[in-house]
Amino acid sequence: MIRLEGVSKRYGRFTAVHPLDLEVSPGELFGFLGPNGAGKTTTIRMVTGVLRPTGGRVFIGDHDMQKDPIRAKRHIGYIPDRPSLYEKLTGSEFLRFVSGLWGRDGVESEKRATELLELFELGAWRDTLVESYSHGMRQKLLIASALVHSPDVIIVDEPMVGLDPKAARLIKDLLRVFADQGGTVFLSTHTLEVAEALCDRIAILHQGAIRASGTMTDLRAEAAAGAIGLEEIFLKLTGSENVHDIITSLRTPGAA
Amino acid sequence: MTEHAEALRQMSVLNLLRPKWQSAQRRLASESTALRVVVMGFVALVFFSIVFAIVFRVLGHFRAQPGIGDLLAGKLLGMILLAFLSILLLSNIITSLSSFFLSRDLELLAAAPVDGMRVYTARFIETLTNSSWMMLIVLIPILLAFGVAYGITVKFVLTTVVALAGFLILPAVAGTIITQVLVNVFPARRARDILALIALFGAAALVMLFRLLRPEQLARPEGFRDLVDFIAALRTPQSVWLPSEWTAQSILGSLGAGESVADPFLLLLLVSTAAAFFVIGSWTHGKLYRDGLSKSQEGAELQDEDDGKQRNRLEHLLAAVPVTARSLIAKDIRTFFRDTTQWSQLILLAVLVVVYVYNIKVLPLFSGEEVGFFLINVVSFLNLGLAGFVLAAIAARFLFPAISLEGRTLWLLRSSPLDLRSLLWSKYWVGLTPLLVLALALTVGTNIILRISGVMMVLSVVTITVMTFAIAAMALGFGALFPKFDTENPAEIPTSFGGLLFMMTATAYLGVIIALQAWPVYSILRARQPGAPAIAGGGVTAWLVLSLGLAALISAAAIIVPLRVAARRIEELDH
Repeated sequence: MIRLEGVSKRYGRFTAVHPLDLEVSPGELFGFLGPNGAGKTTTIRMVTGVLRPTGGRVFIGDHDMQKDPIRAKRHIGYIPDRPSLYEKLTGSEFLRFVSGLWGRDGVESEKRATELLELFELGAWRDTLVESYSHGMRQKLLIASALVHSPDVIIVDEPMVGLDPKAARLIKDLLRVFADQGGTVFLSTHTLEVAEALCDRIAILHQGAIRASGTMTDLRAEAAAGAIGLEEIFLKLTGSENVHDIITSLRTPGAA
Repeated sequence: MTEHAEALRQMSVLNLLRPKWQSAQRRLASESTALRVVVMGFVALVFFSIVFAIVFRVLGHFRAQPGIGDLLAGKLLGMILLAFLSILLLSNIITSLSSFFLSRDLELLAAAPVDGMRVYTARFIETLTNSSWMMLIVLIPILLAFGVAYGITVKFVLTTVVALAGFLILPAVAGTIITQVLVNVFPARRARDILALIALFGAAALVMLFRLLRPEQLARPEGFRDLVDFIAALRTPQSVWLPSEWTAQSILGSLGAGESVADPFLLLLLVSTAAAFFVIGSWTHGKLYRDGLSKSQEGAELQDEDDGKQRNRLEHLLAAVPVTARSLIAKDIRTFFRDTTQWSQLILLAVLVVVYVYNIKVLPLFSGEEVGFFLINVVSFLNLGLAGFVLAAIAARFLFPAISLEGRTLWLLRSSPLDLRSLLWSKYWVGLTPLLVLALALTVGTNIILRISGVMMVLSVVTITVMTFAIAAMALGFGALFPKFDTENPAEIPTSFGGLLFMMTATAYLGVIIALQAWPVYSILRARQPGAPAIAGGGVTAWLVLSLGLAALISAAAIIVPLRVAARRIEELDH
């Protein structure tokens, strides 16, 4: 459902993302991991059509994002990591606006918006301006907006940021059920436990290139690490093993 | 280090200002392309020269009047400074609301162990700089003209520098005090009410300014019973309590032209009042700021139930519009009227339109004498040009920022299956419709006042309609070409480089269209006057057709090219 063919991004001389080849099938929950600045968000923004790749092609289903963006985007629900919303719209107005962008209106659309607001416990706040929402409420509204037009593909960048445990659990269940019912999920996260527990396949991105990808078993084999957790694999593959030294130095008196 | 010494060691005011200063420097460096430097330099030079020439010429005219020349010069400077003082006060209130209560770095600052006095001083300097630099740039050629007219001396330069410092500090302190009080009076996130109040204050200040200045008195000395009355009126300062008057008299005194020659009292009064005001300002800050800041950060403002129940009304009104465009238009209308920084400027705009219409009404065209045909023709075209300019200014304020304001939410629009041309069209129609209504009302209204009818009425209505379409397209086009996504204050967007380029292009376009129409129309109308010499009708008609055709062609280009450029630019925006 999502296919990347040699997708790359350069900013002047700096290459943020080296040519990437990737495929995520329907019914699959794909995790995209990497340290800060690895190129995860840049890749996600290229997949959603927000950012133009310098090279390569992105396909959503059979639709080329560059050649046929309108059709490609019809399938996507996007949840960015640090989004700005329209502060002067209410929650329900925002959902209606997003539905309109996807060409949907009428009773069914309103019903779905109401259901989602209730699901995310925003029903009482539906007629309140977004500017008054807390960070977690904004995140919930954003997730609701990505689902309001019933997408086939969910692309989500750091979904758990700012969510309370109940909402975080809801998102995890929601993404899992969505994939089990044939939807495609492309998930970027720092929360390794989430990726380990939730994802069917994982790719680890480092300095703009994929260092390893596959199931947890594949990754363990690639890292030649035996039966260890994703955190150790991640640190090993991204060259962050000296983290223990950093922690030790922080504990040294007078180091702060 | 002891705890006491640690507590005393605080960040200096300079360090508090450094991030802003460094950001401004880097922004300036990154934006200073050769084209920008040349355009800005050219605009500055033209502006300086025009202001200097006008003031210098007026002063020359005044000085030619024996006995009252210096008094007239003093009155002129007093009026200019009074007008500036009002604008500065308004600007400082708005800027201090932003720098003391709405700025994004406040959370960091509020959590840092820095004492209130330092915070006040740093934010005060920021407010003063942001709201005064433009006024200062305008004042320089004016004061230079006074200096050149009377002979520049070291005393004049020193006095002017000191007097201007006091003149700028006073409204800045007043602005910070008024804002602190307002934020404390109106609870939790009531910036809307505050800004509405500010806008009303602004409108009231403008009206008051007109009352205080009474400019018509100076233009009509015959209105006074005798010369003694006239001079007495000139000698009367606008108000002895106004710092603008102290500044004017101090500067004129240093030139040997004012009432207070060689009397440093007013300068001392100005400086000491500014210093005292600053102390009062920091004291008020100490008393009110923490509560105010806390209130400005506080919680939710629930909408009325009624508003919730009637939430679909706007969508119902727009039912005939396709769903995507409808969503965009409804969103634009809602966000505009809920954002006070946007709509509150409509109040001031309404005042300016009223003043404009009033000025047309009091033109001495029908005061008994036979009105010159040429004059009426000139005035009607001038009116068209001025109306166009007013529309361009409005478009710069409301249409030019349209794309920039989408910057933060561009992720949503770009990731949705929205044809971005729909976004452009929605912005165009939402901006164009009220602009067109205003343009037609303004033109027809002033034409009726000017007693213009028939061919000229039709021509001016058609012209202003076409010009409005073009101005709206150019505002949107330049706004897309020069977007400003990272601003905290939407009011800053029109004053950016792109905004300036738009105003210059729109003015040039208006000038070309008016010039293309004025002369052939004048020739034809003149030929129809009884007793006018016969002219070769065919030649003039061909000229008229050619001119109007060229005007139509330029207008068509002014509509189509910017919209196409904007459409392409929006597609390319990576944000």
